[in-house]
Amino acid sequence: MKFLHKHSQETTVSGRMQSQESMFNLMMLPGMLFLLIFSYIPMVGIVMAFQDFSAGKGIFGSPFVGLKHFKYMFSLPDIWKIIRNTLTIAIGKMLITTLMAVIFAILLNEIRVRFLKRTVQTVVYLPHFLSWVILASIVVNLFSLDGSVNQALGKLGFEQCNFLGNNTTFQPLLILTDVWKEFGYASIVYLAAITSIDPGLYEAASIDGASWWQRTWHVTLPGMLTVILLMSVMNIANVLNAGFDQVYNLYNPMVYETGDIIDTYVYRMGLLNHQYSFSTAVGLFKSVVGMVLMIGVNEASKKFTDARIF
Amino acid sequence: MIQSKSISARVGKVVVYTLIILMGLICLLPLLNILAMSFSGSAAVTANQVGLVPVDFTLAPYQKLLGDEQFWRSFMISVVRVILQLALNMVLIVLMAYPLSKSKREFRARGVYMKLMIFAMLFNGGMIPTYLVVKRLGLLNTVWSLVLPGAVPIFNVILVMNFFAGVPKSLEEAAIIDGANPLQVLMRVYLPCSVPVLATVALFSIVGSWNDFFSGLIYITKVQNLPLMTYIQSLNVNIADLVKGGASADTLASVAAISNKNLNAAKIIVSTIPLLAIYPFLQKYFISGIVVGAVKE
Repeated sequence: MKFLHKHSQETTVSGRMQSQESMFNLMMLPGMLFLLIFSYIPMVGIVMAFQDFSAGKGIFGSPFVGLKHFKYMFSLPDIWKIIRNTLTIAIGKMLITTLMAVIFAILLNEIRVRFLKRTVQTVVYLPHFLSWVILASIVVNLFSLDGSVNQALGKLGFEQCNFLGNNTTFQPLLILTDVWKEFGYASIVYLAAITSIDPGLYEAASIDGASWWQRTWHVTLPGMLTVILLMSVMNIANVLNAGFDQVYNLYNPMVYETGDIIDTYVYRMGLLNHQYSFSTAVGLFKSVVGMVLMIGVNEASKKFTDARIF
Repeated sequence: MIQSKSISARVGKVVVYTLIILMGLICLLPLLNILAMSFSGSAAVTANQVGLVPVDFTLAPYQKLLGDEQFWRSFMISVVRVILQLALNMVLIVLMAYPLSKSKREFRARGVYMKLMIFAMLFNGGMIPTYLVVKRLGLLNTVWSLVLPGAVPIFNVILVMNFFAGVPKSLEEAAIIDGANPLQVLMRVYLPCSVPVLATVALFSIVGSWNDFFSGLIYITKVQNLPLMTYIQSLNVNIADLVKGGASADTLASVAAISNKNLNAAKIIVSTIPLLAIYPFLQKYFISGIVVGAVKE
């Protein structure tokens, strides 16, 4: 009797587990359907990178051409130019944003007036939440030939400069305006890192007569190092994302030489010039490199720290 | 000796405060400049006389903007789109995060689902294949083309999943003993415990869809269906087209002068107001969001 009782209890438990699991599957269903339609089916569409795709014939009717579009892509001088631009812009943004965010976090940590601290935080986080469509209007307003910056330069007796139409100034402009938008938001993790440093270390340093510089150099920075390294490693995965929204809203044909990046090139070739297959091939090249970087970075951070992205 | 130290400390303090205030001002002044321009007379703005205070104060740009039908049509499309996106995102995030927060023993298919989701996060079909799917579904030029492709924000699902995994098991067990099914457990136990993380992902969703102009750029071809950001962007592009057409610098300068700079400033201010309205909530929750985001799966 006792045995039977135990047996029946076990079956109800496993029965409940099973009904629970089918409920779980049901809950996953709507989301997975969306992923199927808008993520996985487009992945099938990648075959068009290996075809001479025409909309009339469709994916199943268009002739296969092997690696034609990839060979063509790497034979173009354009591709090396846009890869170089993408890397320069993306890496420049990462380095300077990280530097500014770390400096800002260290300085802000010294502020003892709470009202000022809060106000400055509120202000520097704000640009992160604004669209590049909006911010580009502001940037154009400031840096165009008749903008405020050129007017100030003129008054000070300097030569005026068309920052948005000049190949030597366009990349620095992209990098610095992005730093302006993002350094505040990027500083949040570094502020959190500073707050978690043991105050005892500072006390010990003060007793030893360490100056502010010495405390910053020997206590604060080493305390932030793990977070700085982790964020930098995670940034590597984004090295091919130079920021479509920003570039698209600021560039013009005069600065394609230094401002054109992979994403804007894919957009122009695909949707404006209707070279569907070629555009998809360039996009695929970027996706594959991006994925490899992402997996590599994830493995590396799993190995060297206890944090990982996925 | 002691005095020289305190003097250098004082100088250091002044330097730090100055730098911090400078950094704050650098972020704030361009925005104040636009605000001042939106309240200034057209001539003063064109002549670049406006700094941080309106010159020839006027409400004319805003009055003119009130009469711009397309601006308000696009504004409403963006509002509708944010609401639809928010509702869809939240339902799907919560429904997926709950089962995925279970262990492999409780939910055997979990590993497969996770692999499928992470693959979809790392790799995508690219612009053209996605465009063709949206087109084939007949969604072009509808608000659904702006909403449905981003229905599942995978990163946010993982964020909420991690949070759910930290909810004490005893709460759930008590509810199950009371006879609750998983959906009831989710609604009555998990959701009330998870307000901060849900607020974070909700705000991510709102900011993301309000600011997005790219979907409108590729999926919407009729001006009357454009969401606000794409509409504003399309006004900027007209000048770029002139450059492409080989217009001379003089023509460009005159076009820039004719194009109402103070009206554009008013457009920028009005389209930013919804974000400013939720900014206090953003500040409250996004910091926790970033910290949660750093948690490993």
